[in-house]
Amino acid sequence: MISQAVPQASIYLPHLAELIRVEPIAEREKVFEFRLKDGKELGHKPGQFVELSIFGIGEAPISISSSPTKKGSFELAVRNVGNVTNALHNLDIGATVGIRGPFGNGFPVDNLKGKDIVIVAGGIGLFPLRSLINYILDKRSEFGRLIILSGSRTPQERMFVNELEKWHKREDVELLETVDEGDEEWTGHVGVVTTLSSEVHIDPEKIFAVVVGPPVMYKFVVAECQKKGIPDERIAMSLERRMKCGIGKCGHCQINGVYVCQEGPVFTYAEVKKLREAI
Amino acid sequence: MENKIIEKQNMAPFVDNLINAEAEVIGPKRKDGKYAFDKLIETGELCLDYDTTLLPPKMYLFPPKETLIKFELGKEPKVELVAEAKPLILFGVHPYDIKAIELLDVVFSTTNPDINYLSKREKAVIIGVDCLNPNPNAFCPSLGTATAETGFDLMLTDIGDSYVVAIGSSKGKQLLTKYAETREASQAELAQRNSERQKALARYKVTLSISPEELPQLLDKSWDSPWWKEKSEKCLSCGSCIVVCPTCFCFDVQDDVTLNLKEGERYRQWDGCMLADFAAVAGGGNFRKDRESRFRHRIYRKGKYIWERYGKLGCVGCGRCASACLAEIASPAETFNRLKEESK
Repeated sequence: MISQAVPQASIYLPHLAELIRVEPIAEREKVFEFRLKDGKELGHKPGQFVELSIFGIGEAPISISSSPTKKGSFELAVRNVGNVTNALHNLDIGATVGIRGPFGNGFPVDNLKGKDIVIVAGGIGLFPLRSLINYILDKRSEFGRLIILSGSRTPQERMFVNELEKWHKREDVELLETVDEGDEEWTGHVGVVTTLSSEVHIDPEKIFAVVVGPPVMYKFVVAECQKKGIPDERIAMSLERRMKCGIGKCGHCQINGVYVCQEGPVFTYAEVKKLREAI
Repeated sequence: MENKIIEKQNMAPFVDNLINAEAEVIGPKRKDGKYAFDKLIETGELCLDYDTTLLPPKMYLFPPKETLIKFELGKEPKVELVAEAKPLILFGVHPYDIKAIELLDVVFSTTNPDINYLSKREKAVIIGVDCLNPNPNAFCPSLGTATAETGFDLMLTDIGDSYVVAIGSSKGKQLLTKYAETREASQAELAQRNSERQKALARYKVTLSISPEELPQLLDKSWDSPWWKEKSEKCLSCGSCIVVCPTCFCFDVQDDVTLNLKEGERYRQWDGCMLADFAAVAGGGNFRKDRESRFRHRIYRKGKYIWERYGKLGCVGCGRCASACLAEIASPAETFNRLKEESK
């Protein structure tokens, strides 16, 4: 028999949150700002995710896009690709949604402190990374160099353009951008994100790489990191899975014996290379 | 452990008393030439000499479909928690199913306790019965699940004219004192119980050629075996194996709204890694899109992943999956034995 007392609150009961701002980012992507109705902070770490409910439609795992240093509200940047995200894109300001979480481990912020950091973002991989970037910028003195390599498919699919421009202008940020396919107006770099590598000079002793993008990107970026002498323990990546519960029960996010919602979604490559079917 | 005797003619009154008491009594009944757990209306329906049931008794603690929350829609949605539980007596549960419930107890009570399971579990009484007529696909003795020493409130063993009753909890003892006519068990009767259990062991037709403790290690070196592809090519991805499994606990979560669109509920329902879109993500990706990887994942859960995470094996050897599988590929015993053979 089980001796533990039955818990009082359900892990499946969402908190209510109000949608207070919506801003388009690109054709299929918007950023949504929420405030918890009970007045509390979400209390997340960069790299964590929430289960977002649109009542009557369902729940979906969404990474948190704002830094925890931003108080009073939080932001989710979302591409409309499914039932829940489509419904979210159609919500009006003032609408109520459900939020469970934050879940997962988040980026290894403590291990990043004092290090030079190279962030590699592919497409909407920038969404969770934006939380980390803004966190680092708000605590700038605690970190070394901040190098951001951002790749988009086309110039139209660049995410958070205003913020990219801001980061370009900062002297304490080294931002390199590329697009897979340029157009007439694009004067920047063209090529996949790994082609930026030759422009980056790092001290492998001091560097920590954080990589988020589509699954296909990881192998190539990891190979590039290894070429530059970055040890596998200092290459972190966030893995995408369809977490249905967020609490290590439902099984959907499982990779071998690992539950991505519990031990992840952020892993070092040293951990990922021991897993099969991970990337 | 304290043991009593219930004479067979006293078993019906005991069950009748339980049925008439406040709790619902669930037991194995005949169903279309097989057996199924169902609510007992009268004692005569109860079959204590069954081989195995179509679905495991887990379904009363972790139902196939279960409401998690209810909500009212509109400008200011209201959300409320649902965790339904009523007193329940699971009567005639075999040892392997008791072992499976012990695993679920660990799964649903550690890390993030699951109120929906735990509230049902707390109100459930388990009265076990030793399995003396095993299913031809079962291999419980190889996994140590043919008998159970823990996990029940009462455990019955048919010794001919009577049942030996092992008392596993104070709750079980109370029920027995209140509702059954019993007497002390003699040494001869306890010896008879051992002998019946021994005889039952000889009736199992499937045996593992490897000890359960060695399974994780065997699987560690079997990832690239040709067996996964070869065997899984016949897989229909129908999910029968995971639906009948007493240790499977994966689920899907969905919302439903009423026709007036004013309220709705969120429910979970059984789901499993053998179904094609189980590891699919938004935008069309699927991390186990071929049958081979799904087939392997299930077997690894049974023999390695669950063991390493929860300290209990993810298979109890009941043989239900092998009986349910139309393609005849689901038996973990067949796969474990084959991999053992390959590793030599």
